[in-house]
Amino acid sequence: MNLPIYASTGQKAWYYSFRIICGLIFFFLIAPILIIIPLSFNATDFFTFTPEMLKLQPEGYSLKHYQDFFTNSDWQNAIRNSLKIAPVATLIAVVLGTIAAIGLSQSHVPFRRAIMATLISPMIVPLIISATGMYFFYARLGNYMVDSLGMNANLVEYIKIVLAHAALGIPFVIITVTATLVGFDRSLTRAAASMGSGPVRTFFKVQMPLIIPGVISGSLFAFITSFDEVVVVMFVGSAKNKTLPWQMFTGLREQISPTILAVATILVVLSVMLLVTLELLRRRSERLRGMSPG
Amino acid sequence: MEQLQTLNGVPLKKQIARALFKQKVRALLLIAPLLIFILITFVIPIADMLMRSIDNSIVSQTLPQTTTSLESWDPKTAQLPDEATYTALYNDLKQAVEQKNHTKLGTRLNYENSGMSSLFRKVGKDVSKMKEGVSYKEQFLAADKAWGDLNTWNLFKLYSPKYTDGYFLAALDMKKTPDGIQRLPESERIYLNLFARTIFMSLLITALCLVLGYPIAWLLANLPMRTSNLLMILVLLPFWTSLLVRTSAWKVLLQQQGVINDILVWLGVISHSGRLELINNQLGTLIAMTHILLPFMILPLYSVMRTIPPSYLRAAKSLGATDWTAFWRVYFPQTVAGIGAGAILTFILAIGYYITPELVGGTQGTFISNRIAYHISSSLNWGMAAALGTILLTLVLVLYWVYDKIVGIDKVKLG
Repeated sequence: MNLPIYASTGQKAWYYSFRIICGLIFFFLIAPILIIIPLSFNATDFFTFTPEMLKLQPEGYSLKHYQDFFTNSDWQNAIRNSLKIAPVATLIAVVLGTIAAIGLSQSHVPFRRAIMATLISPMIVPLIISATGMYFFYARLGNYMVDSLGMNANLVEYIKIVLAHAALGIPFVIITVTATLVGFDRSLTRAAASMGSGPVRTFFKVQMPLIIPGVISGSLFAFITSFDEVVVVMFVGSAKNKTLPWQMFTGLREQISPTILAVATILVVLSVMLLVTLELLRRRSERLRGMSPG
Repeated sequence: MEQLQTLNGVPLKKQIARALFKQKVRALLLIAPLLIFILITFVIPIADMLMRSIDNSIVSQTLPQTTTSLESWDPKTAQLPDEATYTALYNDLKQAVEQKNHTKLGTRLNYENSGMSSLFRKVGKDVSKMKEGVSYKEQFLAADKAWGDLNTWNLFKLYSPKYTDGYFLAALDMKKTPDGIQRLPESERIYLNLFARTIFMSLLITALCLVLGYPIAWLLANLPMRTSNLLMILVLLPFWTSLLVRTSAWKVLLQQQGVINDILVWLGVISHSGRLELINNQLGTLIAMTHILLPFMILPLYSVMRTIPPSYLRAAKSLGATDWTAFWRVYFPQTVAGIGAGAILTFILAIGYYITPELVGGTQGTFISNRIAYHISSSLNWGMAAALGTILLTLVLVLYWVYDKIVGIDKVKLG
């Protein structure tokens, strides 16, 4: 990768210009995300750097957009809804997804390809189409649950969104867990069985600890899918269930308020934390795999 | 010939087959809960939507007698239907008005011929005034001359079957007429243009992602592990950041009073009055979506490039190839698989995008998805939304199938 000493002028020029080009592309990738962080501390309601901010004067900065976020009932409701929906949807996706992934990684599975394609499809089908389908079908399902089963209308709304989000999160769980199972050494379960451990016990004591990195990263994906999802929830849910991204979407479409930048900054911090967790998991998984024989 | 047997006297072959069967059943039992869950929460709703794109039962349900009576009527005679048909129409409408269904039918038929909506709204009052014993044909003709228009009856006859291809034809800018299927006049064609625009912009975005992603993937794959892991964060952080955060960032940056225009004015590239329109047009969609989808191109490219031994390039050069020849003839062909994977993935994601075009695309930078959303929430023409959705879905599924053939769906990697 380093430039050899015998490189010609042209090669040198290309070497350095290539690095500059790459630097610019990296800048394009990261700058838009980083720039909203200082902008969110803007003391005015503008979306650009004020002269005071550029001179780094403290008057140019304030926490008022954050204050707005933490006191405004709309935003607080939104985040509460998001936090009510995402964990439950994640739980459903992870439990069903992990069990199915274990089934899929067995050596003889009939129609494996077709099943896999079906289970991954929620990731591939455009969200607007999933949303349209769910809109019609879930409305009928919801009416049935309210009218015939006599369930609470609010609860039904909530169940609808959770089911929809669980479906959207499942492909991620399947992909990450099957990926960890590829490196799973089958003789370990056989060894456990030969020592008299039942399948359930083998699963929790032997298999689970080894695939847990995959399960956790799958659940992070499922969580972020639900936490970040706006199209389906807008169609399936009602205004009472407004989630954080929905509130942001409305804010961006109608009157764009600087509070969005504060929310965005908080979400960026959240994704940095997720990224760090994932990296740690990946390292742990690599270490574990390095140790396991074969 | 003696057969191999297990200890309990069963032929070995049989025993193996039995064990295999058990294994298969166990695997399927593990998969079954999720498969059923996905079928109910995802596959059936979509299939249900697809049915809506051909469903036309509203006409024959609201006007059962009329549609039966019209079966024997031949529009080619250029004669109005007979008295019996008008009587059937009266009976049907009377019942529809009682159940307040007639306006719904009007809305449905209005998609095919504007004017039907008001005709059906008006007919509610007309029917209640009609007297028995007098020719219904004359009473209808007196109530509104549209009832004496052959086109109205042609429409009823064309749309009396339970299923229709009308929505699909409309989605392709065509229309049913008694003389067969015809294209709409130039000025009314919107959907084909919209499909063309969606595909063209998605291709452009994919190409931009490839041009920007290829060098980055190459750099990441060839740098020492430590540095490349560090730089990888710059790719993964946008990948993990909320879509709405990234879209709002672009919305803020690209505004006329936004940071980019400010910098350009400050640099003196543009004057204060000549601030560029970077958003609410196709350019806005293009910039924001390239940024959002770029990681989806870089990651598959990177995972392919990492497996290419650097010694191949060195070997090519030691045999006298120039830098360019070595890259183009030796390195590039080995990355084609990665390009295919990344490009198909990016294109699939781009073609169905809704949020970003909606927020930064204005009127010119929107996609077919935005039109589907419009039909569902604003115009309430659900059949049309379903037909457009079916076409989009077919396109995506074909690409998905190709992706599965080339890459294999179980080889998708995340993060």
